[in-house]
Amino acid sequence: MRLTELTRPRLPAHKEQMEGRWAAWAVLLLGSGLAGGCISVNAPDQPIVIELNINIKQEVIYRLADDAGSTIDQNPGIF
Amino acid sequence: MSRFSIRRTALAAGAAILSLALVTGPAQAQRDPAYDAARASGQVGEKTDGYLGVVSGGDAALRKMVDDINIRRRALYAQRAQAASATLEEYAFTAGCLAIARTASGEKYQAPDGSWQTRGGGAPQRDARCP
Repeated sequence: MRLTELTRPRLPAHKEQMEGRWAAWAVLLLGSGLAGGCISVNAPDQPIVIELNINIKQEVIYRLADDAGSTIDQNPGIF
Repeated sequence: MSRFSIRRTALAAGAAILSLALVTGPAQAQRDPAYDAARASGQVGEKTDGYLGVVSGGDAALRKMVDDINIRRRALYAQRAQAASATLEEYAFTAGCLAIARTASGEKYQAPDGSWQTRGGGAPQRDARCP
């Protein structure tokens, strides 16, 4: 038989539970009190447009222009 | 080697070349009449991304023709882009700029905002980065 189990003072379970409940109420009241001062964030009215071609640089296009031009000239069947 | 076997070898080589030509198909020198007609009537148009687009509706045959052309364009873009050390999208976009610039009056093209426009007498609406 373990004697320590019998001699250790135990916290009253019901008291701890009560304290927890009061804390919850306090948080709830505080939260509702602060709600008036909160910054509200609204969704934008306009749809978010992702520009897929933004990463294509103009200098690259200029570099490829001559080559692309001759490619079109050489393949009139598909252009 | 007998004369007969030489002739047979030559025949086989000729047949192989002929079958290869039939499989790969000759590089089209001119537009298919159906493609030309679809362009002229505005059923298809040049997109900003370098590919052909169906402007509105379009039956299965038209969509198949557009898909077929776009597959061949893509293969060409990929090959040329690799040779020019560029990405497929960069090369295709550049070709799109030029293809739109080369549209004839009455043909459709896609404006930078994505809308379909009919090419008039003046310059087409193109992306600011187009050469």
